[in-house]
Amino acid sequence: MLLLKRCLVVASLLLFSAATLAQVNIYSSRKEALILPLLQQFTADTGIQVKLLTGKDDALLRRLALEGMASPADLLITTDVARLHRAKQMQLTQAVDNGVLQQVVPVAWRDKDHHWFGVTSRARPIVYAPGRVAVEQLGRYEDLADSQWRGRLCLRSSDNVYNQSLVAAALIANGPEQTLNWMQGMVANLSKPPAGGDTDQLKAVAAGICDLTLVNTYYLARLQRSDSRVDNAVAGQLAVFWPNQSDRGAHFNISGMALTKASKHKQHAIALMEYMVSEQAQRWYADVNNEYPVVAGVPMPDVLAAYGQPKADTVSLTRLGELNQQVIKLMDQARWR
Amino acid sequence: MSVSQSFKFRYVPSLKWVALIVAALVLLPIVAVLQQAAFVGNDLWLHIWQTVLPDYVSNSLLLMLGVGAGVLMMGVPAAWLAAMCQFPGRRWLDWALLLPLAMPAYIIAYTYTGILDYAGPVQSGLRHLTGWGYGDYWFWQVRSLSGAMAMMVLVLYPYVYLTARATFLEQSSVSMDVARSLGYSRWQAWFKVAVPMARPAIIAGLTLALMETLADYGTVQYFGVATFTTGIFRTFYGFGDTAGAAQLAAVLLLFVVTLIVVERWSRRRQAYHVKAQPRATATAIVLLGWRGWLACCVCLIPVVFGFIIPAGQLLWWTLFEAHVQWSSFWQLAWNSFYLSALAAVLAVCLALLLAYAQRFYPRQSVRHAVTLAGMGYALPGTIIAIGVMLPLAWLDHRINDAFTWLGWSSPGLLLSGTLVVLLMAYCVRFLAVALGGIQSGLGQVSPSLDESAKGMGRNAWDVLRLIHIPLMRSSVLTALLVVFVDVLKELPATLMLRPFDFNTLAVRAYELAADEQLVEAAPASLMIVLVGLIPVLILNRAINRRRQRG
Repeated sequence: MLLLKRCLVVASLLLFSAATLAQVNIYSSRKEALILPLLQQFTADTGIQVKLLTGKDDALLRRLALEGMASPADLLITTDVARLHRAKQMQLTQAVDNGVLQQVVPVAWRDKDHHWFGVTSRARPIVYAPGRVAVEQLGRYEDLADSQWRGRLCLRSSDNVYNQSLVAAALIANGPEQTLNWMQGMVANLSKPPAGGDTDQLKAVAAGICDLTLVNTYYLARLQRSDSRVDNAVAGQLAVFWPNQSDRGAHFNISGMALTKASKHKQHAIALMEYMVSEQAQRWYADVNNEYPVVAGVPMPDVLAAYGQPKADTVSLTRLGELNQQVIKLMDQARWR
Repeated sequence: MSVSQSFKFRYVPSLKWVALIVAALVLLPIVAVLQQAAFVGNDLWLHIWQTVLPDYVSNSLLLMLGVGAGVLMMGVPAAWLAAMCQFPGRRWLDWALLLPLAMPAYIIAYTYTGILDYAGPVQSGLRHLTGWGYGDYWFWQVRSLSGAMAMMVLVLYPYVYLTARATFLEQSSVSMDVARSLGYSRWQAWFKVAVPMARPAIIAGLTLALMETLADYGTVQYFGVATFTTGIFRTFYGFGDTAGAAQLAAVLLLFVVTLIVVERWSRRRQAYHVKAQPRATATAIVLLGWRGWLACCVCLIPVVFGFIIPAGQLLWWTLFEAHVQWSSFWQLAWNSFYLSALAAVLAVCLALLLAYAQRFYPRQSVRHAVTLAGMGYALPGTIIAIGVMLPLAWLDHRINDAFTWLGWSSPGLLLSGTLVVLLMAYCVRFLAVALGGIQSGLGQVSPSLDESAKGMGRNAWDVLRLIHIPLMRSSVLTALLVVFVDVLKELPATLMLRPFDFNTLAVRAYELAADEQLVEAAPASLMIVLVGLIPVLILNRAINRRRQRG
């Protein structure tokens, strides 16, 4: 009980003094390891203290909503655009009218009302086993429903938000009916029920359980750059194919940030937002997690550059967010688990 | 329990009110979530009904069936052998059988996937030996419904083992001797005397295991099995629809109520009370030769598959493959440890309060309140987390309003942003665990003892101090242990409710595993197991002392 009391006292002291400290509080769905070093560098450079709470996107949104204007959070960082859009819709965020952010982050990677800004971008192409699949057989995402892939496709669960956003892009291009047919075709082609994460799909392709899959490129890059020889061997058997190069382009998504409506340290939070799109931070993400920088002029890491320079789908990210719920319903109908 | 009806102490009416208030507080979060179910405003329910609900129902039912049968087959024989017999290795198997308790289901699932998957050492070795390729042979898919069952059985059987062993130990072996002298064979005596007498405790353990099964998210999600829990998450997160998720949660609660009713029904009109007699007369049944080794095997299998293999794999990953930063680990371990200890003490105190209120004041209202207070156990942590946040955040806002009204600066979130909210969530979620242990312990203390004490002019406090505490020690310890370990492993509520810069071992393990770095998650997972071992060992020592004294 003493401990509890002490915690309470400390917590209330912190909260009382919160408004006066040079401090930024972050709710982040980026894992601690993929953000903390950057935040420590920010504190070292500016003297602004940063407090971090990591969690799942939607849990953080829910907490933010319940806390309302009393929330201690200043900044929300997520790994997918659909959640940023949802935060905006739930009126948890506010517009940031900031010259640096608007200048540095390309229009495609930020909200038109300045509520959210991309930090990194991620691509979700087809990854295949070159020994068993000829490049000529590949073309568009839509072709994955072809009967030639019967029993040869691996997909992650439709619970996964990266898949949801990818399907949203297809829905915009093809409409609900074709999208449903497409997903039904893909589900029929699955070699095993969806389970595990992106890395598991890659391992399954390398092991020969299936011949192709859809994953974010940084998972492949991570295996390639891993210390483990087993991981390297998996990556060595795989290749990236950029689909839809003759029409809308390959699917890209972002990890991004938004200033909360309840922010008590607006100025410092915006300073951190600017820092996140600085060249230093952008390079760090590219190097450490193999993600694409959103800022023009920051070089892509070599491992990504080796995958090629694809044409990216330039569909509005906001639209992907708006369609999220409809997509999940279609996925349920297609029996994509 | 009819005896105690006439038996009332002076302080009892106030105890009743305290119990009702505690039960109400614990129920508040559940009610807060359920009332959201009333907001029906879209066609989502129809959509769920038409597409995914049949899968949710059938998978959840099958999972419960499989896990139920599995934990009984693993837990009961082992408990009886360890409690009543003498065979090679009994001394250490007795406590080793508790070890899987320290292993969270999601961690054992990750670990076995690493071992048994296509690319894992077992299948690779098999292919290497035989020259087979993919598709040339059949191998059990660990990521499946049956895999999820197996994983949960391996980590949940200790609930049955613990409660069953506690009763077997407290059962006088005299009853077995009497049965034998009446001409029953050993097996007949076992089935006709020992097991029926232990049935309330076994069913209490089974109910806990099944509720834990219903609430599991990590394992089924990882294995791609669509159950109610994954459905709730999908509705809540994917669709962002609180009402739909709450409706699914309500259906889940129906399952739970059914379970509780079945449990009650199964021990209707039965109250087993042992005489408060030391087990001095009890002599262990000595199993010799192949019988002894068979008994050893029966007890060894759960330990090997539930603990030694997965812990060994985690140890291997930690030592040879992961990059460990031990410095930050002590902080994580300490956070996990004190949070779990606080929650365990709190939950057990509340459970004692409720259990005693029910004993001294056996009215319908109290009985129902106590039953309902245990329902939180079958709800996924996330649902509980939201339920706890709703009222606490509301209270925080009112406090802030009051401060503003008084012209002071806003104090921020005093309750919902601190450890208070976490402790409350743990109590709501794990009260059933504490209650189960305490009630089965208390149920074995014959009310006639209370009566005699009263007849001798003793008050309630004396009864508690002189009779109940000595008799209940192992039940209370068991309850403390199980809550402690449960909180230690708890993930979703911790993840959602913890304050800034506060991490636990479970959170660290999850973050790495969710980021698909199983090997890197191994050190934190192993640490959870190690910290969880401390209370297991303490409990074991306490039970041994009792036995030696006896």
